[in-house]
Amino acid sequence: MPYFVQQLINGLTLGAMYGLIAIGYSMVYGIIGMINFAHGEIYMIGAFLTVICFSLLGMVGVTWVPLSLVMVLLVAMACTAAYGWTVERIAYRPLRGSFRLAPLISAIGMSIFLQNYVQLTQGATNKALPPVVIGGFVFGDASGFTITISYIQIFMILLTVVLMIGFSYLIASTPLGRAQRACQQDLVMAGLCGVNVDRTISLTFVMGAALAAVAGMMATLYYGVIDFYIGFVAGVKAFTAAVLGGIGSIPGAMLGGLALGLVEAFWSGYFATGYKDVAAFGILVLVLIFLPTGLLGKPEVEKV
Amino acid sequence: MAGGVLGEVAAPARSIDWAASLKEAALAAAVALVLFLPLIGMQIVRIEGGTGLQFRLGWVAIGVALVFVGRLLLILLGGRSADLLAAAARPFARLPQLLAPYSLWFGLAGVTFAFVLPFLPFADRYVVDVATTVLIYIMLGWGLNIVVGLAGLLDLGYVAFYAVGAYSYALLAIHFNLGFWECLPLAGLFAASFGVLLGFPVLRLRGDYLAIVTLGFGEIVRIVLLNWYPVTKGPDGLANIPRPTFFGMDFTRNPAEGETAFHEFFGLPYSGLHRVVFLYFLILILALITNAFVQRVRKLPIGRAWEALREDEIACRALGINPTNTKLTAFALGAMFGGFAGSFFATRQGFISPESFTFIESALILAIVVLGGMGSQIGVVLAALVLVLLPELGREFEQFRMLLFGAAMVGIMVWRPRGLLAHREPTIRLHPADAGSSP
Repeated sequence: MPYFVQQLINGLTLGAMYGLIAIGYSMVYGIIGMINFAHGEIYMIGAFLTVICFSLLGMVGVTWVPLSLVMVLLVAMACTAAYGWTVERIAYRPLRGSFRLAPLISAIGMSIFLQNYVQLTQGATNKALPPVVIGGFVFGDASGFTITISYIQIFMILLTVVLMIGFSYLIASTPLGRAQRACQQDLVMAGLCGVNVDRTISLTFVMGAALAAVAGMMATLYYGVIDFYIGFVAGVKAFTAAVLGGIGSIPGAMLGGLALGLVEAFWSGYFATGYKDVAAFGILVLVLIFLPTGLLGKPEVEKV
Repeated sequence: MAGGVLGEVAAPARSIDWAASLKEAALAAAVALVLFLPLIGMQIVRIEGGTGLQFRLGWVAIGVALVFVGRLLLILLGGRSADLLAAAARPFARLPQLLAPYSLWFGLAGVTFAFVLPFLPFADRYVVDVATTVLIYIMLGWGLNIVVGLAGLLDLGYVAFYAVGAYSYALLAIHFNLGFWECLPLAGLFAASFGVLLGFPVLRLRGDYLAIVTLGFGEIVRIVLLNWYPVTKGPDGLANIPRPTFFGMDFTRNPAEGETAFHEFFGLPYSGLHRVVFLYFLILILALITNAFVQRVRKLPIGRAWEALREDEIACRALGINPTNTKLTAFALGAMFGGFAGSFFATRQGFISPESFTFIESALILAIVVLGGMGSQIGVVLAALVLVLLPELGREFEQFRMLLFGAAMVGIMVWRPRGLLAHREPTIRLHPADAGSSP
């Protein structure tokens, strides 16, 4: 039983990360109907920026942990958001209205580019960040297995909850959120009604990238080691989460992320760790076959 | 894109709004500063007790200046970059049409050159080896062209079929002592079965879902190869894969008791080059068979159905084409050629490991198809030549290879979304007026 609870906690933490990345996929897909294949790399850039920021703060001499966490979070979000914006501007906007596979191929190219860009500028070796947040609560009996909830896990889950609340407010009650929902329903009609479509799409990418940066920061703090290749697998898994939850739906993305994180944690806890990625991809295939609209998605009607 | 793009781009002389242009360029430079400052300007280095940073601010300054000047030039030259791109694409738009009547001659010349290449004076072992690699990619490109170019299904896991072909040949040869020629059809069959197995459930999905599922499938195959140690030897890979024979004759210096080696039979002095040249001809012939097959099948009803499906699935349904079966055929045939190429790869290398079957390999094959022009056979050849030869020529640029490769994929898509040599002449035009405007 303690083992089960431990895997549950690990799974929720993992799921929070996947969920945050998945939101970016889901929003972009909802509005322009493309898979932003480079989104995983945006997450990877967020992770690198986290290490860079912490190193910079260490050199300047800021050592108070809460302050440095907030500063790193803000800088990483802002800078990663700039990457998201640029990617959209360069690789996707010129292709809007082009034939349907063009943006996807362009996105794959962008993903390869960003991966190698980071490899070239930062070097191919692993980057390790010394633990920033140390310690945690330990429950358990003296005799057997103990349950550990580290502070960093609490931080991650709390941050995700706060972000989700803020984000839901943004989508539900601000002019930007209203514009996004309008674009999601009908891009052309929204434009005719006076919504600045280009700007809305750009801001969608910016928001998705900022959330991916948060996930990248969490991964860096949680695992302590990153490399330029982490974006690929995380990206595919987050996409799986988005599909699982119903692509286009933001609560769905979070739900899918949590579900995927739990599945992965329990799979590695009770079955073979080597095959945990197979479990994730297998779920993707199964969901697409049996539940193409996902948990919270709406069926898509294709019109001529 | 025919009408609008080919219309006159050269705008009438207009006054340049310097203030606005400079502001725009400065904005681009500011964004570039935010992008470059942390990742280019600071490198994470390991120092005692943690991580430190090494500063390279000079590079940032250069980068930002380049962005500023580039953006300004773009504004001053053409106003909108889209117009510029269209203007640059114009000569290329005509190229396929200009080449079309001569494509037969180009093809013949190319094939003749390919056949005499190993006998040319400059053809040493290195040249033939590189040419063999190019041909493997051409064959893979032609195989994938069935799926992506003709049927319009984006397959990001093509390398999985390549891996299935390679491993099935290696395992059959090692455990059952089957020769290359017996295994080749089996490997193709296995790969095709995998294609059907994967395709059957997922081909009902929309294009981009299909891309992700095939990507996931490619990864699953690789992970299974890595972890299924008793059979695949995991990361250690399979070694000592038998080499192909020429009608039962080995290419060894000292053949086994009672067998004749190739050089003994023909009374030639032994040379290691014989096998290399033989492998070259083998892949050349396999590739040509692939090409001939694709060219023929394009003209059959099934080939027409693929291309129709690529253009408009709903219209196809209305015309009574079964989309799932049609797609499945394309998928299985593409997979089969991937399997052939895979077993050739295994016999050529003599050693295979999951390292050779990563996503990057899939992306490279896809890039060959996409850059060449989807559906264009000659485009695949050109793209394979460029993508395989360029890194060979510029070894010192090795580390920039993938960077440029990604950038080229984005650039070509933005510039010519259908690929460099995409040439699609509709049989019937809905509005004859359009026919006049496109050259």
